[in-house]
Amino acid sequence: MIPGDFEFKQPASKDEALSMLRDGGDDARPLLGGQSLIPMMKLRMASPDILVDLRGLDDLRHISIGKSIHIGAAVTQHELIGSEELFNVCPIIRETALVIADPQIRYSGTIGGNVANGDPGNDMPALMQCLDATYILESSEGIREVKARDFYEAAYFTALQTGEIVTGIRFPKPESGHGYSYQKLKRKVGDYATAAAAVVLSLSGDNVKSASVALTNLADTPLFVEKAEDILVGSQLTLNTIRATMDAAEAIMEPVSDGRGSREYRTKMGGIMVKRAIEQAAMRADGTAKGGLFGWLKR
Amino acid sequence: MADTISEPSQSETSAERSQKLEGIGCKRKRVEDIRFTQGHGNYVDDVKLPGMLFGDFARSPYAHARIKHINKESALKVPGVLAVLTAEDLIPLNLHYMPTLAGDVQAVLAHEKVLFQNQEVAFIVARDRYAAADGVEALEVEYEELEPLLNALKALDDDAPVLRDDLAGKTEGAHGPREHHNHIFTWSAGDEAATQEAFDKADVVIEEYLAHPRVHPCPLETCGSVADMNPITGQLTLWGTFQAPHVVRTVAALITNIPEHKIRVISPDIGGGFGNKVGVYPGYVMSVVASIVLKKPVKWIEDRMENLSTTAFARDYHITAELAATKEGKVIGMRSHVFADHGAFDACADPSKYPAGMYHICTGSYDIPTAFCSVKGVYTNKAPGGVSYRCSFRVTEAVYTIERAMDLLAQKLDMDPAELRQKNLIQPEQFPYTSAFGWEYDSGDYPTAMAKTLEAVDYKKLRQQQAQMVEDFKAGTSREIMGVGLSFFTEVVGAGPSKNCDILGINMFDSCEIRVHPTGAAIARLGVKSQGQGHETTFAQILASETGLPADMITIEEGDTDTAPYGLGTYGSRSTPVAGAAAARAGRKIKHKAQLIASHLLEVHHDDLEWDVDGFAIKGMPDKRRSMKEIAWAAYNNLPKGMEPGLEAVDYYDPPNFTFPYGAYLCVLRIDVDTGVYSVDRFYALDDCGTRINPMIIEGQIHGGLTEAFAVAMGQLIDFDETGNILGASLMDFFLPTAVETPKWETDHTEVPSPHHPIGAKGVGESPHVGGVPAFSNAVNDAFRAFGGVHTHMPHTHSNIWNYARSLGMIDS
Ligand SMILES: Cc1cc2nc3c(=O)[nH]c(=O)nc-3n(C[C@H](O)[C@H](O)[C@H](O)COP(=O)(O)OP(=O)(O)OC[C@H]3O[C@@H](n4cnc5c(N)ncnc54)[C@H](O)[C@@H]3O)c2cc1C
Repeated sequence: MIPGDFEFKQPASKDEALSMLRDGGDDARPLLGGQSLIPMMKLRMASPDILVDLRGLDDLRHISIGKSIHIGAAVTQHELIGSEELFNVCPIIRETALVIADPQIRYSGTIGGNVANGDPGNDMPALMQCLDATYILESSEGIREVKARDFYEAAYFTALQTGEIVTGIRFPKPESGHGYSYQKLKRKVGDYATAAAAVVLSLSGDNVKSASVALTNLADTPLFVEKAEDILVGSQLTLNTIRATMDAAEAIMEPVSDGRGSREYRTKMGGIMVKRAIEQAAMRADGTAKGGLFGWLKR
Repeated sequence: MADTISEPSQSETSAERSQKLEGIGCKRKRVEDIRFTQGHGNYVDDVKLPGMLFGDFARSPYAHARIKHINKESALKVPGVLAVLTAEDLIPLNLHYMPTLAGDVQAVLAHEKVLFQNQEVAFIVARDRYAAADGVEALEVEYEELEPLLNALKALDDDAPVLRDDLAGKTEGAHGPREHHNHIFTWSAGDEAATQEAFDKADVVIEEYLAHPRVHPCPLETCGSVADMNPITGQLTLWGTFQAPHVVRTVAALITNIPEHKIRVISPDIGGGFGNKVGVYPGYVMSVVASIVLKKPVKWIEDRMENLSTTAFARDYHITAELAATKEGKVIGMRSHVFADHGAFDACADPSKYPAGMYHICTGSYDIPTAFCSVKGVYTNKAPGGVSYRCSFRVTEAVYTIERAMDLLAQKLDMDPAELRQKNLIQPEQFPYTSAFGWEYDSGDYPTAMAKTLEAVDYKKLRQQQAQMVEDFKAGTSREIMGVGLSFFTEVVGAGPSKNCDILGINMFDSCEIRVHPTGAAIARLGVKSQGQGHETTFAQILASETGLPADMITIEEGDTDTAPYGLGTYGSRSTPVAGAAAARAGRKIKHKAQLIASHLLEVHHDDLEWDVDGFAIKGMPDKRRSMKEIAWAAYNNLPKGMEPGLEAVDYYDPPNFTFPYGAYLCVLRIDVDTGVYSVDRFYALDDCGTRINPMIIEGQIHGGLTEAFAVAMGQLIDFDETGNILGASLMDFFLPTAVETPKWETDHTEVPSPHHPIGAKGVGESPHVGGVPAFSNAVNDAFRAFGGVHTHMPHTHSNIWNYARSLGMIDS
């Protein structure tokens, strides 16, 4: 649990950081909260020669809310939880951040590090897919944007190129009155998900107007359940449509067997998390017919 | 601080004076917490000596492999690395193997073969821990993998791989003949033939396989040591995480040939032990060797993964439990067979004379006339150890056996588990009670404890609620079920009487030495060693009650072998039963001399004096008195003719018997069948630990022990894959509950003092663990009783619970 030797650099500006990363090439790694990278270095599973610390870069620390929401990469999970503005427009961010690790880790850990890390256990990537977020990637060569739904390739493999960093995240402001839920099954505080599901939906009368479902730690990348939209939108939330969504979600899951449970158990739990997230999101959504249609949800 | 105590004024009543002493029965705040809560504890890793070097182990990546070649140069060229020590370097010193407490030997550094993953292969000494870690990474070792043996139940198969080449041809082990190359011992107790007869004539019998999986005590502070061999004086000072510092000194003298008076062992503050710090580990030995070789102090500190994967696991018992009973539910026989997985070396930290420790306490709290048990110990490719994790050796296993078995029998008889227990409890008038295995239970009132428990939780109502939930589940209106788990445990603690116990031939007495200073302050030193139990608080309370000196005026010191009297350390709840008894008796010796001094001061015969809280008074004349403070002063300047000056005493106490704390625990939990997630609604724990020295500390001990019981029953597991890779040896996976997961505990007590202990105390630190594990497991199993469940193994993780529910057809898919 002792890291090898490395050089620690603290750039004064984003440009300086980008040129340090360019010059360092594959030997350099950006550092934000260090809550994933430092443990990996202590286990000597990562051994970068140069760490470029992005925490001091003010450009990466803002949250701005307009028609879309922009969150700087260096915003900590603790800050995400504390932001009332963000909670008012997109409460699922707080709900998700609150089930990440523990308070101490959340003081340091950032949203940028969480989404860039590429660990399938991280909770923010599935949420970003659910919210259809776009990652803003910058390098000394310039800026580009990649959708969260296209960003993840395999465990620890993402669309990020050497020398490139995530500077921020942008996603459309969810429509007001939407329902949401992040359901995470874990063994204890500080654990990664046995299975987790993010659901955002909105209702119009008895019908689902929009719906988006994504999954955490149920494959070597986060999973966006594309079929969920087809199944749910335009239909009513019945046991059958929920069951069909669970089946569609379970069909794309490929969790590994580990201390959290067998592949089979984790897959079934993925389905249950989807079910519970849809149910809770529906309960929270502004709709017209909650008394009748949703009666069965309350039993 | 002597000037801060005020002389008791004549007008104070004895009750007021008694309160000021803060003696037995007082909820005195823990004095050690002043430093612990302010970050001023002094742990081994806080020891920093000039020129100190740091050692770290290169460890085996394989569970079973031959070492072909070690390229020392690869590590020696790392800047800062000063030495690379391997078994070859230890052979000339005859230190490549060391004796274990269980009569086997254990490799200090692997010689020719490695026998478990993460086994110590080379010790790399460097200027600091960073360079040492770099050296570990750089060291090149060539291995040839061998077939590993991981399943203890297959260890004695004819074609099982041979693990211990060093034992080739050895047919006699430390505990009798060896039948197979992976066999360590077979041990049995009880009357086999009579037990068979009981089973033959029984109306009802049950038999079940109960796994008690491998777990780890996981103290917050890992193990470590600092060795400082002074090349000029030949004096070795060794700081370490030792639950038994004197034993370490003796072992060190025996294996290094350094004379024992030239070895000083110091256990500074210890951050939890739970059995993990009883054994002697390669790291301790290597820090000493490296200090001798390099003539500099050398520190070794484990990291969390090393702790979980190499130093002393617990349990790993594969138990078959059987009960024979009449159809009315009277148990007439008990039988148990065990396969004990001891890992690669038999390094059990077992202080008893029996290789399965006190497993034969497994008739529990019940009047069972005949019983038999046998235990086979075997080698596997796993880390050695086998420690008593918050219990006396193998007592948690034993209590688990009988308490699960009682539930299984109740189920077979279609009887309530509380009722079955009540039918079979040992009755108060049967004490002292000799069990079928020959233990003499000293005291108890079991029916009262049981009745109080059932009443406190409104047991009948719980069963009604449970029945309602079963109905709802079956009707499809709910997906939740409820379990009620009972355990009525009896422990055997306070190792121990010399007829049952020794460590390396040394009897298991313990000791206290007290010196009263002229101003009436005192220092007492004991042979045990607190790891968080609060000895500095409670032993001062015992002495306060015995000597009449206020607890605040008594310093308690432990852990330095140069100053403390010889003792066998702290584990197995032995500190209060053994050292606590020595403290009481040393206090009485002080009081005896004080009486003679008082008779001189008051000019009366000592028989005409009576003890009055904190001094002696002339019988019938309470105003004519001398306080202990006055007597202490006189001990240094005004003594009866011929009496030697000073006020000091020493006591070495070899207990006549063990003590037998007991209790009744009840757990209520609910299970969400669709996920296997449980929630503990209620946990009620009634303990009887005899005389209660400090009720607040008792409560703290119970909370801690219940939390560890919860952890073991519901989540802890040291697991391996089929090639012997250890799985989950970090706190990400190994279940150490936080405040969020930990249930709320309700504590209660009865108080039946031990008749043979000087103050009637029985020990309490381990009861909650021993009694808690079966209470949780019984609750989980009880939840499934109405659905055809019989037994599901620990740990009761979400996924295991879910799998079990599914196997019973409770989940459709
Ligand atoms: C005990 C424990 C429990 C945890 N539990 C959870 C959990 O339940 N759920 C969860 O989601 N997370 C969990 N985490 C991880 C935690 O949330 C981390 O904070 C997060 O994964 C990484 O964020 P960070 O800011 O700490 O990033 P860092 O550790 O600094 O970096 C993570 C990775 O991202 C790279 N990186 C950092 N910044 C950038 C950037 N701007 N652009 C591109 N790449 C970058 C780094 O080089 C590194 O590879 C846990 C961590 C611990 C220690």
